[in-house]
Amino acid sequence: MHTFAKITATEAKLFLRTPVWAVFGTLLPAGILLGVGFIPSMSKPSEATGGHRFIELWVPSVIVMSIAMLALQAIPAAVATYREQGVLRRLSTTPAHPANLLGAQLVVHAAVAVAGIAVTMVVSSAVFDVPMPRHPVTFAVTLLLGIVSVFALGLIAGAIARTSKSANVIALLAFFPIMFFGGVYLPRPLLPRVLQRISDYIPPGAQPLQDAWVGTGVQPLQLAVLAAFAVVGTALAVKVFRWE
Amino acid sequence: MPLIEVTDLTKRYGSRVAVDGVSFTVDRGEIFGILGTNGAGKTTTVECLQGLRTADSGTIRVLGLDPVKQRDALRQRLGSQLQESTLPAKLKVREALELFASFYPSPADVEVLLDRLALTEHADSYFGKLSGGQKQRVSIALALIGNPEVAVLDELTTGLDPHARRDTWQLVERVRDAGVTVLLVTHFMDEAERLCDRVAIFDTGRVVATGTPSELRATTSKSTLDDAFVTLTGRD
Repeated sequence: MHTFAKITATEAKLFLRTPVWAVFGTLLPAGILLGVGFIPSMSKPSEATGGHRFIELWVPSVIVMSIAMLALQAIPAAVATYREQGVLRRLSTTPAHPANLLGAQLVVHAAVAVAGIAVTMVVSSAVFDVPMPRHPVTFAVTLLLGIVSVFALGLIAGAIARTSKSANVIALLAFFPIMFFGGVYLPRPLLPRVLQRISDYIPPGAQPLQDAWVGTGVQPLQLAVLAAFAVVGTALAVKVFRWE
Repeated sequence: MPLIEVTDLTKRYGSRVAVDGVSFTVDRGEIFGILGTNGAGKTTTVECLQGLRTADSGTIRVLGLDPVKQRDALRQRLGSQLQESTLPAKLKVREALELFASFYPSPADVEVLLDRLALTEHADSYFGKLSGGQKQRVSIALALIGNPEVAVLDELTTGLDPHARRDTWQLVERVRDAGVTVLLVTHFMDEAERLCDRVAIFDTGRVVATGTPSELRATTSKSTLDDAFVTLTGRD
C-alpha cells in the first residue's frame, strides 16, 4: 500500500507539472455546456424532449464527453508513453509491480474526470438552473461504474498498443461510438429508436445517468450491463496487458 | 557456491535462437563482464537473469534463487540498470530516488547515495534536463537504491563522452568496493579490460570464451582484449 500511495502521489505531481489534461479535463466540459446553453432554443422546454429543456438532458452527455476524453485520449497516450520510454520495464525489475503505475494513472485521471463533472454540475445548476441529481446515490454509483467501464477500455488500448500513436488510433475506435451513443454529437432523443435502445446500454451510461438525474431512477438492467462492462473490461485489460 | 550460476541457457524468439546453450558462473565480489557485439545474446541472457524473460531451457540461479519462480524474493536483492530505459522528463532526481526507495524493504539513504554519485547539486533538477552522464548516474543510483547484493549494468557508457565514461568506471569500481557484485554488459573492450575481473565473450548466442582479460589475451597471443575478442569471435 505504501508503494501504491507513493507512486500515486508522484504521478499526481507529474500530471500537474504538465497540466494540459488537468486544465482541459476540469474546465472544458463546463465550457462546452456554457457554449451550448447560451443558444436560446437549448434552454427552453421542448416537445421533442418530453417537455424538458434540452440543456437538462444534455448534461449527462457532457459527462460522457468528460469521461471519454480522459479515458480514451489521455490514458492510452500516458500508458503507451511509459511503455515506449521503458518505464514499465524498469519498474518490472523492482519489487514494485507495474500494475501500481497503472492504478495510479487511473486514480489521477479519475480525479480529474470527477472534478470536471463537479464543475459541470455546479455550472449547470448556477447558470441554467438545472437541479442537482434527484437520486444522488444511484447517480454516484452509475457514475463510478461508467468511469471504470470506459477507463478499462482506455487501458485495453494502452495495453495492446506498442506506441503512443497507435494507442490513440485504437482508442479512437471506442471514442467515437461512445461519444455518439452518449448523445454528444446528436441529442439522444433525436436518434432513431433502435439506436436509442442500444445507447441505453453503452458505457458510461448516458441513459442511466439521466434517469438518476431527472427521471424516476435507474433501470436495474441498465446498471447491471454497465457493471458487467466495468468488470469484464477491467479483467480483460489486466489479461491483455503486456508489462514490457 | 557461485553467486550467479547459469547452466545451458537457451532462449528462442520464434525460429531465431537468441541464446544457445550458455553457461557461466559469477563469484561474489566480482565485476563480471558479458561481452559481445550487438545481437550476440547479451541482453537476452541478462533479461533471463532478471526474471524479465523465461528461458526455454537450462537453469539459472541468482543468489540461489530461480529468477522466474522466486522473482519477488530476487528483486529485493538484485538492482538493475536497463539499456534504453528512461524516466519521465518532469521527474526530479531526488523524487525518483525517493520513489524507488519506497519499493524496497531496507533501502539505501537517498542523500548518501546522491552524494556518492555526485548528484547532490542536481537533486532538484528535472531528469529531462540532465546531461547523458548525469542521467546514467541517476540510473546507477536507482540500481543501487535497494541496497542490492548484485547489480546488473547494461550498456552503461554508450553515448557518453570520454570524461563521463571514465567517471562512470570509477563509480562502478566503488560500487564493487562497497561489496556489490557487478554484472556488466558491454560491447566496449577497453571498458571490460579496465573494469572486469573476468569476462564471458558472447558470439551469436553462445559463450566462446570465459576468463580474466589477461588470460584471454594470453590464449590468443594478442596484446589487447580488443584483438583477443576479434580472434575469439572469428571475424578477423
